Amino acid sequence: MTMLRQPAAPPAGEDGGAEKPRPRRLRPAGRRDIALLWFAIPGLAAMLLFHYIPLLGNIIAFQDYQPFIGITHSPWSGLDNFGVIFNGDDQFLRALVNTLELTLIQVVFVFPVPIVLALLLNSLVGERVKKAVQNVLYLPHFLSWVVIVALFQQMLGNTGMLNLFLSAHDLGTWSIIGNPDMFKALLTSQVIWKDAGWGTILFLAALSRVDSNLYEASAMDGASRWRQTWHVTLPALRGLVILLLILRLGDALSVGFEQILLQQTAVGLDNSEVLDTYVFNNGLVGGQWGVAAAVGLVKGAVGVLLVLGANKVAHLFGEEGVYRS
Amino acid sequence: MTTLSPTRPERGGKPRGTYSAIPGESAGSPPWRALKSLLLLVCVLLVVLPFLAIISTSIADPAQITEAGGFVLWPDNPTLASYTALLSGGLVSKAMMVSVGVTVAGTALSLITSIMLAYGLSRPGSFGHKPILMLLLMSLLFVPGVIPTYLMVRQLGLINSYWSLILPTMINAFNVIVLRSFFMGIPRELIDAARIDGASEWSILTRIVLPLSKASIGVIGLFYAVTYWNAFFNALLFMNDASKWPMQLVLRTYVINNASLSGGQLDVAAGAPVPPAQSLQAAILILSIVPIVVVYPFVQRHMNKGVMIGAVKG
Repeated sequence: MTMLRQPAAPPAGEDGGAEKPRPRRLRPAGRRDIALLWFAIPGLAAMLLFHYIPLLGNIIAFQDYQPFIGITHSPWSGLDNFGVIFNGDDQFLRALVNTLELTLIQVVFVFPVPIVLALLLNSLVGERVKKAVQNVLYLPHFLSWVVIVALFQQMLGNTGMLNLFLSAHDLGTWSIIGNPDMFKALLTSQVIWKDAGWGTILFLAALSRVDSNLYEASAMDGASRWRQTWHVTLPALRGLVILLLILRLGDALSVGFEQILLQQTAVGLDNSEVLDTYVFNNGLVGGQWGVAAAVGLVKGAVGVLLVLGANKVAHLFGEEGVYRS
Repeated sequence: MTTLSPTRPERGGKPRGTYSAIPGESAGSPPWRALKSLLLLVCVLLVVLPFLAIISTSIADPAQITEAGGFVLWPDNPTLASYTALLSGGLVSKAMMVSVGVTVAGTALSLITSIMLAYGLSRPGSFGHKPILMLLLMSLLFVPGVIPTYLMVRQLGLINSYWSLILPTMINAFNVIVLRSFFMGIPRELIDAARIDGASEWSILTRIVLPLSKASIGVIGLFYAVTYWNAFFNALLFMNDASKWPMQLVLRTYVINNASLSGGQLDVAAGAPVPPAQSLQAAILILSIVPIVVVYPFVQRHMNKGVMIGAVKG
């Protein structure tokens, strides 16, 4: 209701015109407010059932969970399940190292691509061409990882188009798919192919807000195009870049779960096991429910801490970050 | 994404101009322009060419495929043999039906519940508004994880049920927040006027708010539909019964893992040649993309606005 946000405004409608404005806290919840609550209930129920109640399921991280006797009867095991983390189990460490490596690779090689692409689009083409290019480049974002992995296989696989072309011209073959040494490069190029275009949306939006007077003024002062980019365009993107980096940090321990799971059998676990696949392979496939839940729990907690911490750092540097405190 | 601040007043969610009218930097000298155009052209080709190649292979003549050694860039005698073999009643037709059914039902349910939730939260200061919004926002930060979700679905007895592909992903907090921003951008006077005329909340929603937010609902609907259509992992977890598989699992098994389709899974007349594996695989791949490509043009012109309102509000 409007007046709830402006206590000084004269009351209107069903509250009765003669009443004096009361302090907000004392105002009884009107019928219309209750009506609004009813609207929220189905969605809220789904939210609770599949989001908040499962959060409690993490309790099996502290149990020796047996699927057949359930959470209520499984024996408690204290922190035993966390042993793989603290004692540095080889398999776990391998997953951790691969995860961090992939995150680092993606921040360095994937993150800047949409920025460059947005600058390219922004500084160049006519409206129509730009729209057309955007629509083509956005499309892969909407495809599933299964489709993308399948496409890459058909193009670059050992019997895919590239290798057929190479061998038809006596150029030998180039093993890309299923080659453990190429795996991280392959993952990275798939991520770029899928989401680089989509990533430009935010940067283009930010670029559209740059005051054109700044360009004119800088041109007056004799700035070259490069200097315009450096001193006007890039500073305009700074806040957004920091924001996206913070959000990326929250996902630092989750890299391409579906994408990796789909291609894991072809390259073996050494190069492809990440924390998410570790949880899946050990928990749901291997039956070590408690251990997998423990790893998942720590992973989630670290992610939350990273976001909160990074946000704090952003505030210290005077940036807005994800939310205002 | 950026709207993790429930206390921030969020009125006037209109973007300050789309980026259609970017003054921008000067485009540079002709050689630079040519180079930039070339770079963009390469990007576009990198996206388009794989699709063209796959389509060609899916409709190519078997003889040409054998001659080319597997893949065809341009079909000489196009034939729809692989599509008819896949779509006339076998495994793939079933999977298409499952995927379409789950997508349609799921999108409808998601949109209804999300619109209602977003509308319920669209009036700051209303009773219970703050804690519910908080709950919604927190769900973006705290994710339950694979194993607890699996246990929940199993506990509810939804394993091998189509509901397992719908219910766990029915509400997406981010989409609800985007819808909410749209609803809050609708002029308050309009809603107050309707209320003075005696309209109930339900008729305000259906007669005023919804007609004014068609574009945003279209975009959010596309996001939900894509999620359902693309759902692979949930299907992998919850659908042990191969006869209930959606397209994504079929695609994984027969294209990525290269399992061969047996005669019983195809519908080929007795004595007729079975289309080559390459064109069958290409056809499955195309079939699992087609619905997205069909819906995409209807929504893409609203896409920028939809994404930006959610992400970088003015």
